[in-house]
Amino acid sequence: MTDIATRITSTARAVEPPKGRRRLTGGGPRAGTVLAFVTPFFLPFVLFYLVPVGYALWQSFRVVRRSGGQYGTSYTTFGGFEQYVQVFQNTEFWSSIGRIGLFGIVQVPVMLFVALVMALLLDTPLLRLKAFFRITAFMPYAVPGVIAAIMWSYLYSPQLSPVVDLLDGIGLKPDFLGPGAVLWSAANVSTWLWTGYNMLIMYSALQSIPQELYEAARIDGASNWTIAWRIKVPIIAPSIVLTTVFSIIGTLQLYAEPAVLRQISSNISSTFTPNMLAYAVASGNNYQQAAAISVVIAVITFVLSFGFMRLTAKRAGL
Amino acid sequence: MSTPSTIRESRVSRTAVMALMFLLAVYFLLPVYFLIVAATKPQGDLASTNGLAFSHFNLFENLRILFTRSDGVFGRWAVNTVVYAVLGAAVGTLISALCGYALAKFPFRGREFLFSVILGGVLVPTTALALPLFLLFSATGLVNTYFAVFLPSIVSPFGVYLARIFANAAVPQELIESARLDGAGEFRTFFSVAFKLMTPALVTVFLFQFVAIWNNFFLPMVMLQKESLFPITLGLYEWNGQTARAPLLQESVITGSLVSIVPVIIVFILLQRFWRSGLAAGSLK
Repeated sequence: MTDIATRITSTARAVEPPKGRRRLTGGGPRAGTVLAFVTPFFLPFVLFYLVPVGYALWQSFRVVRRSGGQYGTSYTTFGGFEQYVQVFQNTEFWSSIGRIGLFGIVQVPVMLFVALVMALLLDTPLLRLKAFFRITAFMPYAVPGVIAAIMWSYLYSPQLSPVVDLLDGIGLKPDFLGPGAVLWSAANVSTWLWTGYNMLIMYSALQSIPQELYEAARIDGASNWTIAWRIKVPIIAPSIVLTTVFSIIGTLQLYAEPAVLRQISSNISSTFTPNMLAYAVASGNNYQQAAAISVVIAVITFVLSFGFMRLTAKRAGL
Repeated sequence: MSTPSTIRESRVSRTAVMALMFLLAVYFLLPVYFLIVAATKPQGDLASTNGLAFSHFNLFENLRILFTRSDGVFGRWAVNTVVYAVLGAAVGTLISALCGYALAKFPFRGREFLFSVILGGVLVPTTALALPLFLLFSATGLVNTYFAVFLPSIVSPFGVYLARIFANAAVPQELIESARLDGAGEFRTFFSVAFKLMTPALVTVFLFQFVAIWNNFFLPMVMLQKESLFPITLGLYEWNGQTARAPLLQESVITGSLVSIVPVIIVFILLQRFWRSGLAAGSLK
């Protein structure tokens, strides 16, 4: 994202008028007019984005103490990194991170691989009914996570599911809500929801490649297969990186889907994902600890997204 | 090139590709198909009949029960969802457009700094904001009101980012200059010249923000206790949690899910081209 920022910054700078013509606002309309355009967004942005971030940070450095023993009056005071130490000593926190890590390591590559294959197939002349396939894949994007999870939970339920009936019929006895399987049942809901969206990002990138590039390769005797993996995939690599980063962010924020599955499965605890843990802690009125957990999740998200972007940028020699 | 063997090969691979894509299409359609079938059945048939085959057609009765249950609270949730997601996205798109246009077209001091701060906001996950917002809102008495969900929802840093790209691409500087020469004020120029040129792009911004609000379950869950303020997602979630005690709710959860996703799916399919332009811009990042 820094890369984006600098790239946009540099193009924007090029449009700026030469120094000599600058007025207070640099050649454009008066400062008051600029403010009138910017403030309707910026004020709510400050109030509902920046202030809560600052408030969470501040809270995470506070602790509740009691004066005069267990029954004394409580007050909050500065506690340094006390809340963070507690987060890192919390085994529930680590198991939620481990669970979500396992989820992400499997679900994200599987989903993006399927999305990539679909995008590449939609981009070949081999396929007919392209609009139909594109629309069916994208359709789940219109369904909110909660409703998707409700729909799938009926397909997982041993009493109602036609899928379970079908698999029972051929001798498999699936238990989609069992202790080992339920994580993958949640992963399936995410895959169902987001594959088509990611596919469309990659497909849009494929569509913008000039056709002449393939003609040249074809004259050199390259097969469709070679063109797909040696030419198309490297060109749309930025889109693949983008979808990966979005997916990492999404995975770490997971809440609605496991929360719905929890309603029908006892194998999902109230602290199943980091966000569920933060909510459970906040519900117990321990806001400072919940704030520290949220900050740690946000930092992990930043580090992973940036780390992945840096890693892939280095690989590509950029 | 077109020897019999290569033709056969391409026919084989064409069949394989079609089969694979059909399989995936079945996967994507299965839950929706199941929902349609289940929504047409009476509650009693849900467990006793095959989930993929229609039985007694009971859709209209299910709809009647859905909309009259608990004094018609589902209709209320639908209206709330429109307020949060449609009105919220509309207001959000307007303020994103104003800000993105200013960032693209007005050379003012601090512009790049402002834009960097907003871009940083793209990376802040909305779930991370919900809990601190709850504390801030409870201090100001906003918790458990429409505003608690509506106000944070109108802010979309990604919308500003898109609006800036689109304003740069769609509004020629000369047009703004000539409008200025004609004596039009900046707002007049924006609404009569720029807004029209940006409209297709703003539909994309609107759609993205609509989905973000429609999908944001965590914020209303944290903010709202009053059932009458719920969006559909939160209402169905609560009902779904009660089905163990009140199994008859199951049919309403199913019918309610179908009723709420069908209009959105239809609108999405109709507005497909706007998605593709937005996603292409997103991948340019």
